[in-house]
Amino acid sequence: MHLTPEEQALLAGEAGHATQKAMEILTALGRIYGAERMIAVGSVQISGVSYANLGEAGLSWLAEMADGGGKTRVFTTLNPAGMDIENYTNLGISEEFAENQRRVLSAFDRMGVVTTCSCTPYLFGNLPRFGEHIAWAESSAVCYANAVIGARTNREGGPSALAAALTGRTPAYGYHLDENRQPTLHVQVKAAVTKNPDFGALGKAIGDRIQSQSGYRVPLISGVSEANLENLKSLCASIATYGGVALFHIPGITPEASAYALPTESLTLTDEDLQRAKQELNTASREEVDFVSLGCPHLSLREIHRIAELLNGKRVTKEFWITTSRPVKGMADRMGYTEIIETAGAKFATDTCCVVAPIKGRFTALATDSAKACYYAYAKNNFKTRLLPFDEVVREACQ
Amino acid sequence: MKLTGRTIYPGHVSGEALVSRMGISFYGGVDPDTGLVTEAGHDLEGNSIAGKVLVFPSGKGSTVGSYILYRLKKNGLAPAAIINAECETITAVGCIIAEIPCVDQIDLTPFTSGTLLNVDAENGWVEINQAN
Repeated sequence: MHLTPEEQALLAGEAGHATQKAMEILTALGRIYGAERMIAVGSVQISGVSYANLGEAGLSWLAEMADGGGKTRVFTTLNPAGMDIENYTNLGISEEFAENQRRVLSAFDRMGVVTTCSCTPYLFGNLPRFGEHIAWAESSAVCYANAVIGARTNREGGPSALAAALTGRTPAYGYHLDENRQPTLHVQVKAAVTKNPDFGALGKAIGDRIQSQSGYRVPLISGVSEANLENLKSLCASIATYGGVALFHIPGITPEASAYALPTESLTLTDEDLQRAKQELNTASREEVDFVSLGCPHLSLREIHRIAELLNGKRVTKEFWITTSRPVKGMADRMGYTEIIETAGAKFATDTCCVVAPIKGRFTALATDSAKACYYAYAKNNFKTRLLPFDEVVREACQ
Repeated sequence: MKLTGRTIYPGHVSGEALVSRMGISFYGGVDPDTGLVTEAGHDLEGNSIAGKVLVFPSGKGSTVGSYILYRLKKNGLAPAAIINAECETITAVGCIIAEIPCVDQIDLTPFTSGTLLNVDAENGWVEINQAN
Protein backbone atom coordinates (compact mmCIF):
# COMPACT_ATOMS: atom_id res chain seq x y z
CA MET A 1 0.00 0.00 0.00
CA HIS A 2 1.28 3.45 -0.86
CA LEU A 3 1.68 5.75 2.16
CA THR A 4 2.37 9.47 1.85
CA PRO A 5 5.37 10.89 3.76
CA GLU A 6 2.94 12.26 6.36
CA GLU A 7 1.30 8.85 6.81
CA GLN A 8 4.72 7.21 7.09
CA ALA A 9 5.63 9.70 9.83
CA LEU A 10 2.47 8.79 11.79
CA LEU A 11 3.34 5.10 11.41
CA ALA A 12 6.89 5.77 12.63
CA GLY A 13 5.49 7.24 15.83
CA GLU A 14 6.32 10.87 15.18
CA ALA A 15 2.88 11.94 16.42
CA GLY A 16 3.05 9.79 19.53
CA HIS A 17 2.32 6.22 20.54
CA ALA A 18 -1.49 6.26 20.20
CA THR A 19 -1.44 7.68 16.69
CA GLN A 20 1.21 5.12 15.77
CA LYS A 21 -1.01 2.30 17.09
CA ALA A 22 -3.92 3.77 15.11
CA MET A 23 -1.84 3.82 11.93
CA GLU A 24 -0.76 0.21 12.59
CA ILE A 25 -4.42 -0.90 12.74
CA LEU A 26 -5.24 0.97 9.53
CA THR A 27 -2.24 -0.31 7.58
CA ALA A 28 -3.05 -3.87 8.74
CA LEU A 29 -6.60 -3.45 7.40
CA GLY A 30 -5.27 -1.91 4.19
CA ARG A 31 -2.91 -4.85 3.66
CA ILE A 32 -5.63 -7.44 4.38
CA TYR A 33 -8.20 -5.87 2.07
CA GLY A 34 -5.79 -4.88 -0.69
CA ALA A 35 -6.11 -1.10 -0.36
CA GLU A 36 -3.72 0.78 -2.63
CA ARG A 37 -3.72 3.91 -0.50
CA MET A 38 -5.28 5.76 2.42
CA ILE A 39 -8.05 8.31 1.90
CA ALA A 40 -8.95 11.33 4.01
CA VAL A 41 -12.26 11.00 5.85
CA GLY A 42 -14.75 13.83 6.44
CA SER A 43 -16.02 12.57 9.79
CA VAL A 44 -15.97 9.65 12.21
CA GLN A 45 -18.63 8.02 14.40
CA ILE A 46 -17.25 5.78 17.17
CA SER A 47 -19.02 2.80 18.77
CA GLY A 48 -18.05 0.92 21.91
CA VAL A 49 -18.99 3.45 24.59
CA SER A 50 -21.13 1.71 27.20
CA TYR A 51 -19.01 0.43 30.09
CA ALA A 52 -21.34 -2.59 30.08
CA ASN A 53 -19.96 -3.52 26.65
CA LEU A 54 -16.35 -2.41 26.97
CA GLY A 55 -15.71 -3.83 30.41
CA GLU A 56 -12.43 -3.07 32.16
CA ALA A 57 -10.51 -4.56 29.21
CA GLY A 58 -12.02 -2.20 26.64
CA LEU A 59 -11.73 0.79 28.96
CA SER A 60 -8.02 0.12 29.58
CA TRP A 61 -7.43 -0.07 25.80
CA LEU A 62 -9.14 3.32 25.35
CA ALA A 63 -7.32 4.85 28.31
CA GLU A 64 -3.98 3.73 26.82
CA MET A 65 -4.88 5.49 23.57
CA ALA A 66 -5.77 8.68 25.49
CA ASP A 67 -2.65 8.46 27.68
CA GLY A 68 -0.61 7.83 24.54
CA GLY A 69 -1.47 11.31 23.33
CA GLY A 70 -4.19 10.36 20.83
CA LYS A 71 -6.02 13.43 19.45
CA THR A 72 -8.75 13.48 16.83
CA ARG A 73 -7.76 15.01 13.49
CA VAL A 74 -11.33 15.10 12.14
CA PHE A 75 -14.84 15.79 13.48
CA THR A 76 -15.71 12.74 15.59
CA THR A 77 -18.97 11.88 17.35
CA LEU A 78 -19.83 9.10 19.78
CA ASN A 79 -22.35 6.27 20.18
CA PRO A 80 -24.75 5.95 23.14
CA ALA A 81 -23.35 5.41 26.62
CA GLY A 82 -24.68 2.95 29.18
CA MET A 83 -26.66 5.63 31.00
CA ASP A 84 -28.31 9.03 30.83
CA ILE A 85 -25.32 11.14 31.83
CA GLU A 86 -27.42 13.77 33.60
CA ASN A 87 -30.18 11.62 35.03
CA TYR A 88 -29.03 8.04 35.64
CA THR A 89 -30.36 7.40 39.13
CA ASN A 90 -33.90 7.81 37.76
CA LEU A 91 -33.16 4.82 35.47
CA GLY A 92 -31.88 2.63 38.30
CA ILE A 93 -28.22 2.84 37.24
CA SER A 94 -25.78 2.32 40.14
CA GLU A 95 -23.23 4.90 41.25
CA GLU A 96 -20.47 2.34 40.63
CA PHE A 97 -21.51 1.87 37.00
CA ALA A 98 -21.84 5.65 36.57
CA GLU A 99 -18.28 6.16 37.80
CA ASN A 100 -16.90 3.60 35.34
CA GLN A 101 -19.00 5.10 32.52
CA ARG A 102 -17.56 8.54 33.31
CA ARG A 103 -14.03 7.09 33.02
CA VAL A 104 -14.90 5.89 29.50
CA LEU A 105 -16.32 9.28 28.50
CA SER A 106 -13.31 11.03 30.00
CA ALA A 107 -10.96 8.95 27.82
CA PHE A 108 -12.91 9.95 24.70
CA ASP A 109 -13.11 13.56 25.84
CA ARG A 110 -9.33 13.75 26.36
CA MET A 111 -8.87 12.59 22.76
CA GLY A 112 -11.12 15.36 21.44
CA VAL A 113 -14.13 13.19 20.61
CA VAL A 114 -17.43 15.10 20.83
CA THR A 115 -19.36 13.06 23.41
CA THR A 116 -22.72 13.17 21.60
CA CYS A 117 -23.68 9.71 22.92
CA SER A 118 -26.14 8.92 20.14
CA CYS A 119 -26.56 6.37 17.34
CA THR A 120 -28.20 8.97 15.04
CA PRO A 121 -25.37 11.48 14.42
CA TYR A 122 -26.97 12.39 11.07
CA LEU A 123 -29.89 14.03 12.91
CA PHE A 124 -27.79 16.75 14.54
CA GLY A 125 -24.63 17.96 12.90
CA ASN A 126 -22.69 14.93 11.73
CA LEU A 127 -24.34 14.68 8.32
CA PRO A 128 -22.01 13.62 5.50
CA ARG A 129 -22.72 14.65 1.93
CA PHE A 130 -23.36 12.34 -1.02
CA GLY A 131 -20.14 10.61 -2.04
CA GLU A 132 -18.15 11.80 0.98
CA HIS A 133 -15.69 9.31 2.45
CA ILE A 134 -16.23 8.78 6.17
CA ALA A 135 -15.26 6.15 8.76
CA TRP A 136 -18.25 5.25 10.86
CA ALA A 137 -19.00 2.56 13.36
CA GLU A 138 -22.56 1.94 14.69
CA SER A 139 -24.04 -0.56 12.28
CA SER A 140 -27.38 1.25 11.83
CA ALA A 141 -25.70 4.60 11.14
CA VAL A 142 -23.24 2.97 8.72
CA CYS A 143 -26.18 1.65 6.76
CA TYR A 144 -28.00 5.01 6.89
CA ALA A 145 -24.90 6.91 5.71
CA ASN A 146 -24.17 4.49 2.85
CA ALA A 147 -27.67 3.67 1.67
CA VAL A 148 -29.82 6.70 2.40
CA ILE A 149 -27.24 9.50 2.08
CA GLY A 150 -24.85 7.90 -0.42
CA ALA A 151 -21.76 8.66 1.69
CA ARG A 152 -19.07 5.98 1.72
CA THR A 153 -18.00 3.99 4.76
CA ASN A 154 -17.10 0.48 5.72
CA ARG A 155 -18.64 -1.10 8.82
CA GLU A 156 -15.89 0.07 11.14
CA GLY A 157 -15.39 -1.65 14.46
CA GLY A 158 -15.05 0.62 17.49
CA PRO A 159 -11.21 0.50 17.50
CA SER A 160 -10.82 1.05 13.74
CA ALA A 161 -13.19 4.03 13.88
CA LEU A 162 -11.03 5.50 16.66
CA ALA A 163 -7.94 4.82 14.54
CA ALA A 164 -9.52 6.78 11.67
CA ALA A 165 -10.34 9.63 14.05
CA LEU A 166 -6.76 9.88 15.33
CA THR A 167 -5.24 9.87 11.84
CA GLY A 168 -8.03 11.43 9.73
CA ARG A 169 -7.66 8.52 7.34
CA THR A 170 -8.99 5.12 6.36
CA PRO A 171 -7.67 2.56 3.87
CA ALA A 172 -9.40 2.79 0.47
CA TYR A 173 -11.22 -0.55 0.17
CA GLY A 174 -14.70 -2.02 0.47
CA TYR A 175 -17.62 0.38 0.27
CA HIS A 176 -15.30 3.29 -0.54
CA LEU A 177 -14.90 1.82 -4.05
CA ASP A 178 -17.57 1.89 -6.79
CA GLU A 179 -17.28 -1.81 -7.63
CA ASN A 180 -18.32 -2.94 -4.14
CA ARG A 181 -21.42 -0.74 -4.05
CA GLN A 182 -23.14 -2.70 -6.81
CA PRO A 183 -26.17 -4.70 -5.72
CA THR A 184 -25.53 -8.44 -5.27
CA LEU A 185 -29.11 -9.62 -4.65
CA HIS A 186 -32.42 -8.38 -6.02
CA VAL A 187 -35.07 -8.55 -3.28
CA GLN A 188 -38.59 -8.27 -4.72
CA VAL A 189 -41.01 -7.32 -1.99
CA LYS A 190 -44.56 -8.52 -2.69
CA ALA A 191 -46.07 -7.21 0.52
CA ALA A 192 -47.29 -3.92 1.93
CA VAL A 193 -44.44 -2.26 3.82
CA THR A 194 -45.81 0.94 5.31
CA LYS A 195 -45.13 1.24 9.04
CA ASN A 196 -42.14 0.77 11.29
CA PRO A 197 -42.50 -2.82 12.38
CA ASP A 198 -42.93 -3.65 8.67
CA PHE A 199 -39.59 -2.03 7.87
CA GLY A 200 -37.94 -3.77 10.80
CA ALA A 201 -39.44 -7.10 9.76
CA LEU A 202 -38.28 -6.51 6.19
CA GLY A 203 -34.74 -5.87 7.46
CA LYS A 204 -34.84 -9.12 9.46
CA ALA A 205 -36.29 -11.16 6.58
CA ILE A 206 -33.59 -9.91 4.19
CA GLY A 207 -30.83 -10.10 6.81
CA ASP A 208 -31.67 -13.69 7.78
CA ARG A 209 -31.36 -14.77 4.16
CA ILE A 210 -28.32 -12.71 3.15
CA GLN A 211 -26.09 -13.31 6.22
CA SER A 212 -24.50 -16.46 4.84
CA GLN A 213 -23.65 -14.88 1.46
CA SER A 214 -19.94 -14.27 1.27
CA GLY A 215 -18.33 -11.13 -0.07
CA TYR A 216 -20.15 -7.83 -0.26
CA ARG A 217 -23.84 -8.13 0.58
CA VAL A 218 -25.75 -5.35 -1.12
CA PRO A 219 -29.48 -5.94 -1.59
CA LEU A 220 -31.45 -3.95 -4.16
CA ILE A 221 -34.96 -3.80 -2.72
CA SER A 222 -37.86 -3.26 -5.13
CA GLY A 223 -41.55 -3.03 -4.25
CA VAL A 224 -41.16 -0.39 -1.53
CA SER A 225 -42.47 2.94 -2.80
CA GLU A 226 -42.65 5.11 0.31
CA ALA A 227 -40.28 5.43 3.26
CA ASN A 228 -39.67 8.40 5.53
CA LEU A 229 -36.62 9.09 7.70
CA GLU A 230 -37.97 7.07 10.62
CA ASN A 231 -38.84 4.06 8.41
CA LEU A 232 -35.38 4.11 6.87
CA LYS A 233 -33.55 4.31 10.18
CA SER A 234 -35.61 1.33 11.37
CA LEU A 235 -34.81 -0.68 8.22
CA CYS A 236 -31.11 0.23 8.49
CA ALA A 237 -30.93 -0.91 12.11
CA SER A 238 -32.65 -4.22 11.42
CA ILE A 239 -30.90 -5.19 8.18
CA ALA A 240 -27.50 -4.46 9.76
CA THR A 241 -28.32 -6.43 12.91
CA TYR A 242 -29.65 -9.53 11.20
CA GLY A 243 -27.60 -9.49 8.00
CA GLY A 244 -24.46 -7.44 8.60
CA VAL A 245 -25.61 -5.31 5.65
CA ALA A 246 -23.75 -2.00 5.21
CA LEU A 247 -25.48 -0.79 2.05
CA PHE A 248 -28.76 -1.38 0.22
CA HIS A 249 -30.51 0.35 -2.64
CA ILE A 250 -34.23 1.12 -3.09
CA PRO A 251 -35.23 2.51 -6.50
CA GLY A 252 -36.96 5.87 -6.17
CA ILE A 253 -35.81 6.29 -2.56
CA THR A 254 -32.03 5.92 -2.22
CA PRO A 255 -29.63 7.98 -4.37
CA GLU A 256 -27.49 5.28 -5.99
CA ALA A 257 -30.26 2.78 -6.85
CA SER A 258 -30.18 3.54 -10.58
CA ALA A 259 -26.39 3.71 -10.85
CA TYR A 260 -25.86 -0.04 -11.21
CA ALA A 261 -27.21 -2.95 -13.27
CA LEU A 262 -29.77 -5.31 -11.69
CA PRO A 263 -28.13 -8.31 -10.04
CA THR A 264 -28.93 -11.71 -11.56
CA GLU A 265 -29.62 -13.42 -8.24
CA SER A 266 -33.06 -12.62 -6.88
CA LEU A 267 -35.34 -13.38 -3.97
CA THR A 268 -39.05 -12.75 -3.49
CA LEU A 269 -40.46 -11.84 -0.08
CA THR A 270 -44.19 -12.17 0.50
CA ASP A 271 -46.45 -10.92 3.25
CA GLU A 272 -46.10 -14.37 4.81
CA ASP A 273 -42.30 -13.93 5.09
CA LEU A 274 -42.72 -10.57 6.84
CA GLN A 275 -45.40 -11.96 9.18
CA ARG A 276 -43.06 -14.82 10.08
CA ALA A 277 -40.21 -12.39 10.81
CA LYS A 278 -42.54 -10.44 13.13
CA GLN A 279 -43.82 -13.60 14.76
CA GLU A 280 -40.29 -14.74 15.59
CA LEU A 281 -39.82 -11.53 17.56
CA ASN A 282 -43.14 -11.87 19.39
CA THR A 283 -42.22 -14.30 22.13
CA ALA A 284 -43.91 -12.57 25.09
CA SER A 285 -47.57 -12.40 25.99
CA ARG A 286 -49.10 -9.01 26.73
CA GLU A 287 -49.28 -9.91 30.45
CA GLU A 288 -45.55 -10.62 30.62
CA VAL A 289 -44.45 -7.19 29.38
CA ASP A 290 -42.88 -5.20 32.22
CA PHE A 291 -40.58 -2.95 30.18
CA VAL A 292 -41.44 -0.69 27.25
CA SER A 293 -38.95 1.24 25.15
CA LEU A 294 -39.04 3.40 22.04
CA GLY A 295 -35.92 4.82 20.41
CA CYS A 296 -33.80 2.13 18.75
CA PRO A 297 -32.26 3.88 16.85
CA HIS A 298 -32.62 7.11 18.86
CA LEU A 299 -35.95 8.88 18.36
CA SER A 300 -36.38 11.80 16.00
CA LEU A 301 -38.24 14.90 17.15
CA ARG A 302 -41.24 13.86 15.04
CA GLU A 303 -41.45 10.55 16.90
CA ILE A 304 -41.24 12.23 20.31
CA HIS A 305 -44.00 14.62 19.25
CA ARG A 306 -46.17 11.60 18.40
CA ILE A 307 -45.48 9.99 21.81
CA ALA A 308 -46.52 13.26 23.50
CA GLU A 309 -49.77 13.29 21.51
CA LEU A 310 -50.54 9.72 22.53
CA LEU A 311 -49.58 10.16 26.20
CA ASN A 312 -51.36 13.49 26.71
CA GLY A 313 -53.57 13.05 29.77
CA LYS A 314 -52.72 9.33 30.06
CA ARG A 315 -50.92 7.41 32.79
CA VAL A 316 -48.10 4.93 32.14
CA THR A 317 -48.29 1.69 34.15
CA LYS A 318 -44.96 0.09 33.20
CA GLU A 319 -41.31 1.17 33.11
CA PHE A 320 -41.26 3.11 29.81
CA TRP A 321 -38.00 4.48 28.38
CA ILE A 322 -37.94 7.19 25.73
CA THR A 323 -34.42 6.95 24.29
CA THR A 324 -33.00 9.80 22.24
CA SER A 325 -30.06 12.12 21.77
CA ARG A 326 -29.35 15.19 23.93
CA PRO A 327 -29.97 17.73 21.09
CA VAL A 328 -33.35 16.20 20.18
CA LYS A 329 -34.28 16.07 23.88
CA GLY A 330 -33.46 19.77 24.08
CA MET A 331 -36.00 20.56 21.37
CA ALA A 332 -38.56 18.27 23.02
CA ASP A 333 -38.06 20.29 26.21
CA ARG A 334 -38.66 23.56 24.37
CA MET A 335 -41.78 22.29 22.59
CA GLY A 336 -43.34 21.00 25.81
CA TYR A 337 -43.28 17.34 24.72
CA THR A 338 -40.99 16.37 27.59
CA GLU A 339 -43.37 17.76 30.17
CA ILE A 340 -46.36 15.86 28.76
CA ILE A 341 -44.38 12.62 28.53
CA GLU A 342 -42.89 12.87 32.02
CA THR A 343 -46.24 13.90 33.54
CA ALA A 344 -47.64 10.63 32.14
CA GLY A 345 -44.90 8.76 34.01
CA ALA A 346 -42.62 7.77 31.13
CA LYS A 347 -38.87 8.37 31.52
CA PHE A 348 -36.42 9.97 29.16
CA ALA A 349 -33.28 7.84 28.84
CA THR A 350 -31.18 10.34 26.92
CA ASP A 351 -27.59 9.47 25.81
CA THR A 352 -28.37 5.76 26.18
CA CYS A 353 -30.81 3.03 25.06
CA CYS A 354 -32.26 -0.33 26.02
CA VAL A 355 -29.53 -2.12 24.03
CA VAL A 356 -26.45 -0.72 25.79
CA ALA A 357 -27.71 0.12 29.31
CA PRO A 358 -26.88 -2.44 32.05
CA ILE A 359 -30.41 -3.83 32.60
CA LYS A 360 -29.83 -7.61 32.59
CA GLY A 361 -31.98 -9.31 35.21
CA ARG A 362 -34.22 -6.30 35.78
CA PHE A 363 -37.08 -7.16 33.42
CA THR A 364 -38.92 -10.14 31.96
CA ALA A 365 -40.24 -8.90 28.64
CA LEU A 366 -39.74 -5.85 26.41
CA ALA A 367 -42.35 -4.22 24.16
CA THR A 368 -40.85 -2.11 21.35
CA ASP A 369 -41.29 -1.18 17.68
CA SER A 370 -37.63 -2.04 16.93
CA ALA A 371 -36.56 -5.39 15.46
CA LYS A 372 -32.98 -4.53 16.42
CA ALA A 373 -33.93 -3.92 20.05
CA CYS A 374 -35.68 -7.32 20.10
CA TYR A 375 -32.47 -9.05 18.97
CA TYR A 376 -30.35 -7.56 21.76
CA ALA A 377 -33.10 -7.82 24.39
CA TYR A 378 -33.03 -11.58 23.98
CA ALA A 379 -29.39 -12.26 23.09
CA LYS A 380 -27.84 -9.92 25.65
CA ASN A 381 -30.41 -9.68 28.42
CA ASN A 382 -32.50 -12.84 27.96
CA PHE A 383 -35.77 -10.85 27.82
CA LYS A 384 -38.79 -12.05 25.91
CA THR A 385 -40.05 -9.54 23.34
CA ARG A 386 -43.16 -8.05 21.76
CA LEU A 387 -42.68 -6.24 18.44
CA LEU A 388 -45.59 -3.83 17.90
CA PRO A 389 -46.47 -0.81 15.76
CA PHE A 390 -45.21 2.47 17.25
CA ASP A 391 -48.59 3.74 18.50
CA GLU A 392 -49.46 0.36 20.01
CA VAL A 393 -46.20 0.34 21.98
CA VAL A 394 -47.32 3.56 23.67
CA ARG A 395 -50.76 2.07 24.38
CA GLU A 396 -49.14 -1.09 25.77
CA ALA A 397 -47.22 1.08 28.25
CA CYS A 398 -50.55 2.39 29.57
CA GLN A 399 -52.29 -1.02 29.82
CA MET B 1 -6.71 -31.71 3.47
CA LYS B 2 -5.05 -28.30 3.37
CA LEU B 3 -6.85 -25.13 2.32
CA THR B 4 -5.13 -21.85 1.63
CA GLY B 5 -6.62 -18.39 2.03
CA ARG B 6 -5.66 -14.93 3.21
CA THR B 7 -3.89 -13.95 6.44
CA ILE B 8 -6.00 -11.65 8.62
CA TYR B 9 -3.84 -11.99 11.74
CA PRO B 10 -0.79 -14.30 11.97
CA GLY B 11 -0.21 -17.13 14.42
CA HIS B 12 0.12 -20.93 14.48
CA VAL B 13 -2.34 -23.05 16.51
CA SER B 14 -4.07 -26.42 16.56
CA GLY B 15 -7.52 -26.89 17.97
CA GLU B 16 -10.94 -28.46 17.74
CA ALA B 17 -13.22 -27.03 15.05
CA LEU B 18 -16.53 -25.40 16.01
CA VAL B 19 -18.40 -24.80 12.77
CA SER B 20 -21.36 -22.52 12.08
CA ARG B 21 -23.18 -22.02 8.80
CA MET B 22 -24.50 -18.68 10.08
CA GLY B 23 -23.05 -15.19 10.59
CA ILE B 24 -21.87 -14.32 14.10
CA SER B 25 -22.42 -11.06 15.96
CA PHE B 26 -19.87 -11.16 18.78
CA TYR B 27 -21.64 -8.28 20.52
CA GLY B 28 -24.94 -9.61 21.82
CA GLY B 29 -24.44 -12.98 20.17
CA VAL B 30 -21.59 -14.15 22.43
CA ASP B 31 -21.31 -13.61 26.21
CA PRO B 32 -17.83 -12.13 26.92
CA ASP B 33 -17.85 -13.51 30.48
CA THR B 34 -18.67 -17.14 29.60
CA GLY B 35 -17.71 -17.54 25.92
CA LEU B 36 -21.17 -19.02 25.21
CA VAL B 37 -23.15 -18.22 22.03
CA THR B 38 -26.43 -16.64 23.14
CA GLU B 39 -28.21 -15.67 19.90
CA ALA B 40 -31.74 -17.11 19.65
CA GLY B 41 -31.99 -19.82 17.00
CA HIS B 42 -28.27 -19.66 16.12
CA ASP B 43 -26.84 -23.03 15.11
CA LEU B 44 -24.20 -22.59 17.85
CA GLU B 45 -26.60 -21.33 20.56
CA GLY B 46 -25.39 -22.68 23.93
CA ASN B 47 -21.93 -23.70 22.62
CA SER B 48 -18.72 -22.27 24.05
CA ILE B 49 -16.30 -20.75 21.54
CA ALA B 50 -13.46 -20.67 24.10
CA GLY B 51 -10.30 -22.33 22.82
CA LYS B 52 -12.01 -23.58 19.65
CA VAL B 53 -11.04 -22.91 16.07
CA LEU B 54 -14.19 -21.02 15.21
CA VAL B 55 -15.33 -21.52 11.61
CA PHE B 56 -18.16 -19.34 10.24
CA PRO B 57 -18.97 -17.52 6.99
CA SER B 58 -18.73 -13.89 8.11
CA GLY B 59 -19.44 -11.43 10.92
CA LYS B 60 -22.70 -9.54 11.25
CA GLY B 61 -24.37 -7.11 13.62
CA SER B 62 -22.92 -4.58 15.98
CA THR B 63 -19.67 -2.73 15.40
CA VAL B 64 -18.87 -3.24 19.11
CA GLY B 65 -17.93 -6.84 18.23
CA SER B 66 -14.20 -5.99 18.01
CA TYR B 67 -14.15 -5.11 21.71
CA ILE B 68 -15.99 -8.32 22.62
CA LEU B 69 -13.20 -10.36 20.99
CA TYR B 70 -10.69 -8.31 23.02
CA ARG B 71 -12.66 -8.94 26.24
CA LEU B 72 -12.93 -12.67 25.49
CA LYS B 73 -9.15 -12.75 25.05
CA LYS B 74 -8.53 -10.93 28.35
CA ASN B 75 -10.96 -13.36 30.05
CA GLY B 76 -9.15 -16.38 28.60
CA LEU B 77 -12.26 -17.29 26.59
CA ALA B 78 -11.28 -16.27 23.05
CA PRO B 79 -11.35 -18.74 20.19
CA ALA B 80 -7.89 -20.22 19.47
CA ALA B 81 -8.29 -19.09 15.87
CA ILE B 82 -10.97 -17.89 13.45
CA ILE B 83 -11.61 -19.21 9.94
CA ASN B 84 -14.02 -17.22 7.73
CA ALA B 85 -15.23 -17.41 4.17
CA GLU B 86 -15.02 -13.62 4.15
CA CYS B 87 -13.68 -11.78 7.21
CA GLU B 88 -15.30 -8.39 7.61
CA THR B 89 -13.66 -5.37 9.26
CA ILE B 90 -15.23 -5.80 12.72
CA THR B 91 -13.92 -9.34 13.17
CA ALA B 92 -10.57 -8.39 11.59
CA VAL B 93 -10.03 -5.47 13.96
CA GLY B 94 -11.00 -7.66 16.91
CA CYS B 95 -8.40 -10.24 15.83
CA ILE B 96 -5.74 -7.53 15.38
CA ILE B 97 -6.17 -5.94 18.82
CA ALA B 98 -6.80 -9.27 20.61
CA GLU B 99 -4.03 -11.06 18.65
CA ILE B 100 -6.23 -13.98 17.53
CA PRO B 101 -4.90 -15.89 14.49
CA CYS B 102 -7.37 -15.56 11.63
CA VAL B 103 -7.53 -16.76 8.02
CA ASP B 104 -10.27 -16.07 5.48
CA GLN B 105 -11.16 -16.73 1.84
CA ILE B 106 -11.50 -20.40 2.72
CA ASP B 107 -14.18 -22.72 1.30
CA LEU B 108 -16.03 -23.78 4.47
CA THR B 109 -17.89 -26.76 2.93
CA PRO B 110 -15.46 -29.49 4.13
CA PHE B 111 -15.44 -28.37 7.78
CA THR B 112 -17.34 -30.19 10.54
CA SER B 113 -17.38 -29.49 14.28
CA GLY B 114 -15.16 -31.70 16.42
CA THR B 115 -12.38 -32.38 13.92
CA LEU B 116 -8.84 -31.23 14.71
CA LEU B 117 -7.57 -28.30 12.69
CA ASN B 118 -4.01 -27.05 12.27
CA VAL B 119 -3.95 -23.37 11.48
CA ASP B 120 -0.92 -21.52 10.14
CA ALA B 121 -2.35 -18.04 9.84
CA GLU B 122 1.11 -16.65 9.09
CA ASN B 123 1.08 -18.46 5.76
CA GLY B 124 -2.71 -18.32 5.43
CA TRP B 125 -3.56 -22.02 5.53
CA VAL B 126 -5.66 -24.42 7.56
CA GLU B 127 -5.31 -28.20 7.58
CA ILE B 128 -8.22 -30.53 8.36
CA ASN B 129 -7.03 -33.71 10.10
CA GLN B 130 -8.87 -36.81 8.92
CA ALA B 131 -11.19 -38.27 11.55
CA ASN B 132 -9.97 -41.56 13.06
